Amino acid sequence: MHIEVTAEPLDPQQAVELVRRDDAGAVVVFLGVVRDHNLGRRVLYLEYDAYPEMARRVMRELAEEAMGRWPIVDVAVLHRIGHLEVGETSLLVAVSSPHRAEAFEAAHWLVDRLKERAPIWKKEVFEGGEEWIEGELPSPR
Amino acid sequence: MKARVLLFARLKDLAGVSEAEVEIGEGLTAADVFRLLQGLYPGLASYDAPLAYAVNARYVSPEHPVRDGDEVAFIPPVSGGGTCTSR
Repeated sequence: MHIEVTAEPLDPQQAVELVRRDDAGAVVVFLGVVRDHNLGRRVLYLEYDAYPEMARRVMRELAEEAMGRWPIVDVAVLHRIGHLEVGETSLLVAVSSPHRAEAFEAAHWLVDRLKERAPIWKKEVFEGGEEWIEGELPSPR
Repeated sequence: MKARVLLFARLKDLAGVSEAEVEIGEGLTAADVFRLLQGLYPGLASYDAPLAYAVNARYVSPEHPVRDGDEVAFIPPVSGGGTCTSR
C-alpha cells in the first residue's frame, strides 16, 4: 500500500510500477486533473490546502477498507497539494487485482470516498476572483 | 489546559492564522472550542457553512470533549480530487 500527500508532481507511470505484480492481471489508474473551467468561469490555477497527517491516515484507512472489500493485490493513493496549473494531476489512485472488474470497482469506490473524507481543499483562482470550493462535509464514524 | 487548534481553507483565511495554542477550560467540547476561537478571531464569526471536527487527526462529533494537549482541527466541507464537486 502506497499513500502520499506531496507538493511534488505525480507520475502515473511510477504509480503503475508501485502496484503492478505478476499475479495481478489488471491495473486501473485514475487521475484527477485540474480542469480549465468550472461554474462557467475560466480557471487559472488551483491552490490545494490539506491537513497532511490526517489526510494520510484517512487515505490509509480507506485503502485498507478497499482491500477488505475486494481482492486487491496492491493500491496506491497519492494526492498533490500546493499550486497546480490547469492540466496537472492532483489525485492519483492505482489499484491492481487479479481481474479487471474488482480493480475498476475498488478504484471508483476509493475516489468517491476520498473526495468525501480526506481533509483536503482546493481554492479556485479564476478570471476576476478566487474561492475555496466546499464540497462534502465529512461525518464522524 | 491548552489545546493546539488548526484552521484550514476558508477558515484559515477568515482567521488570518492557520494554527494557534489556546487556553481552554475544563469540560469544553470541540464545538465549544470553535466558539472560543470565534471570540479570539472575529473574522471567524461570519463563518456560516457546515463544519466538521477532528481531535488528534480523527473525525469526532461536535460534542467530543477536548483534553489538555489535544490537537483540534476545524474542517470545512472538503474538496480534494481533481475535477469539481457536484455543484
